[in-house]
Amino acid sequence: MSEQSTKTGRQETAAPAIELIGISKAFGPVQANKDISMSVAKGAIHGIVGENGAGKSTLMSILYGFYKADAGEIFVNGVATQIPDSQAAIKAGIGMVHQHFMLVENFTVLENIILGVEDGALIKPSLAKARSVLLELAHEYELEVDPDEIVENLSVGHQQRVEILKALYRQADILILDEPTGVLTPTEAEHLFRILRNLRDQGKTIILITHKLKEIMNATDTVSVMRRGKMTATVKTAETSPPELAELMVGRKVLLQVDKSPPKLGETVLEVSDLRVRNEFGVERLKGISFNVRAGEILGIAGVAGNGQSELLEVLGGICTGTGSIKVHGDELDLTGNHSDGQSRRARGIAHVPEDRQRLGLIMDFMAWENACFGYHHDPKYQKNWLMMDNAAILADAAAKMENFDIRPPNPRLLAQNFSGGNQQKIVLAREIERNPEILLVGQPTRGVDIGAIEFIHKQIVALRDAGKAILLVSVELDEILSLTDRVAVMFDGNIQGERVTAETDEKELGLMMAGASEEAA
Amino acid sequence: MDFADLFLQFTVTLDMTIRLSTVLILACLAGLFSERAGIFDIGLEGKMLIAAFFSAAAAYHSGNAWIGVLAGIGASMVFALIHGLASITYRGNQLISGVALNFLASGLTVVIGNAWYQKGGSTPPLTGNGRFHEITLPFADLLRDVPMLGPLYADVLSGHKPIVYIAFLVVPLSWWVLFRTRFGLRLRAVGENPASVDTAGVSVIRQRYAAVLIAGVLCGIAGAYLSTSQAASFGKEMTAGRGFIALAALIFSKWRPFYALMACLLFGLLEAISNLYPSIDVIGLFSIPVQFTQALPYILTVVILAGFVGKAIPPKAGGAPYVKER
Repeated sequence: MSEQSTKTGRQETAAPAIELIGISKAFGPVQANKDISMSVAKGAIHGIVGENGAGKSTLMSILYGFYKADAGEIFVNGVATQIPDSQAAIKAGIGMVHQHFMLVENFTVLENIILGVEDGALIKPSLAKARSVLLELAHEYELEVDPDEIVENLSVGHQQRVEILKALYRQADILILDEPTGVLTPTEAEHLFRILRNLRDQGKTIILITHKLKEIMNATDTVSVMRRGKMTATVKTAETSPPELAELMVGRKVLLQVDKSPPKLGETVLEVSDLRVRNEFGVERLKGISFNVRAGEILGIAGVAGNGQSELLEVLGGICTGTGSIKVHGDELDLTGNHSDGQSRRARGIAHVPEDRQRLGLIMDFMAWENACFGYHHDPKYQKNWLMMDNAAILADAAAKMENFDIRPPNPRLLAQNFSGGNQQKIVLAREIERNPEILLVGQPTRGVDIGAIEFIHKQIVALRDAGKAILLVSVELDEILSLTDRVAVMFDGNIQGERVTAETDEKELGLMMAGASEEAA
Repeated sequence: MDFADLFLQFTVTLDMTIRLSTVLILACLAGLFSERAGIFDIGLEGKMLIAAFFSAAAAYHSGNAWIGVLAGIGASMVFALIHGLASITYRGNQLISGVALNFLASGLTVVIGNAWYQKGGSTPPLTGNGRFHEITLPFADLLRDVPMLGPLYADVLSGHKPIVYIAFLVVPLSWWVLFRTRFGLRLRAVGENPASVDTAGVSVIRQRYAAVLIAGVLCGIAGAYLSTSQAASFGKEMTAGRGFIALAALIFSKWRPFYALMACLLFGLLEAISNLYPSIDVIGLFSIPVQFTQALPYILTVVILAGFVGKAIPPKAGGAPYVKER
């Protein structure tokens, strides 16, 4: 229920679409939002940047009625508005495109559109109405999508369109997008921004939450920066620059470029040929790929998530089985038999920083010191005698790693889940890098990691390269691939679409390859 | 054995299949509503048992079987509400809550039954209007002499107790509610991705309670059928695992009403065969022992629950209490 009451004197002609005054919100002892005030002009694209945990999503959730603010006022188009639940937000004309789509995957597009705003007890009339509205919107905003398709059969980009259509169908005038490009190819992202500009030109107001500074610079008119629950600045996009924004976000100067020398290439360490992997349903996810990694270089694997990169890391790391050949220093690895496990891979000098650190890299309910030895816990230096482990040694070892990798708080007895994403990642990296592996597999090293920590992690990876190790880096962030790797292979649909020397390619070319364009076309 | 004889056995088997399937159909649809909304319901058994007891008791004292049904529905809904409180409001483990209800039902019925009737947990036999009687469909007697179709109509379709017809009508009704109404759309959405319903501004909790209570009503009718139609009194543990067979049928049917009907009929058929033909002679070579035919429905249950019958994908949010994420 929205109670649009208490009209104040704010109803002059140019009342902002959204005005927040003194919003605060705490979760237990954590103050997620501290006395935040901001104003979003009508018909503008307003960006909000900040590190993870800066409070961006919390603030937007308050605006969308997901949480209730502890204090503060919300004005929508100049009218003081209570937003106790999402229904009220929808009524006030606010629509939200969540980072994790709020779609029912086995419903059709139409069913998803009408869910919650059906016109009557029977759904048939609503479906018919939604179909015609969808046609109009598709026309107006380049939002084409097949209304009868089951959502799980749609590409992520199209699923996102469904989310936008959902908001528009609910007659939203103010559209909030939370990290909308994380799952898109550069081409899809470009299309999305075109849609957003289109919507803005039709008078809609758009709030864009992102941690990608480039998107802020490209797409927004105004940008607000958040740090540790506070709003630190609001500036016109045209009057600022990425370094300035980064400094506002982190609170200190940040090096956005990776500082690295040309690679000193050694012999070939990792040779992969005709590698194939089937998933549990028998679908081929790796379709015979081949590549090499040499000592002293970083090979990047680019691609939109879900094109086989995960399977590649898993088969290399010994988590799943496959066929074909993987050679380390010319010796064949066991891909299906008794030695196709992570333990055997580590014995061959392959360390693995998995993509999903919370599922594969750490045990979240265990303490940091325990996590810091997993996988290497059979090492004699961790054993007291034939029966007992040497906990004191493990603890000391973990404390040293935490010091070297600047893991905060430096308390080895803290549960893994109590560390921030960046520090969790550092625990995994410290564990794997400090073993001095021949080959390092890294998946999404900076996903969910703050700018400050990204800088540190990148430095560590480059340092390992300069020590003459072979590194395979999988990332969906093109910027990361471009700045960190020496060579890049683009994966598409289980194949390697093409390989480039990083210094000789650019985002556009890689983007086309990521979208499946053939080698010649790209 | 001539043809007429064979045909007679055929109709008798079908007739019994329908009678024995009724409980399963109602219980299976109860589970379907609950699980489609994301609440696992392992307590179908307990709800039916408590309903069977209270409907027998109410029917005995009132002398009216319909009052028995209402009492059964009431008792089952109380259990459903407990399951709802535990698994929706207090976000407990749905399996444990279900198992607890099963134990509670099996203990309560015996304790209360002994206290009230001193008959070792049974209720006194129902007589007159205290139990349900067969309904003869129109023209059944007239058409009986029509070859083939006559007996099928008069002996298989006609001559069942009212709840049998209710159960078979609930199948298309459930389909219609689930797939053609706003209520059904939201219910299915809540079982797949509750956050999508929440962000659409619809209460997940209310929707799930509605589903759980519908399951309560259907289990209530099923329990009442056991003690006022299939039998004429309550007997200790009279559900005999039918709640679990219904769960197996639910998985077999991949959570779809008409498939559920088919699965339940299959289980009913197996039970009918074991009742009618305890030992089957295989062309005079050897005979299948009675223990085997009696165990057939349970064997099929185990086979299905162990996942040997294709891949059944349950509603995605099943079993997980809904918590708004941070």
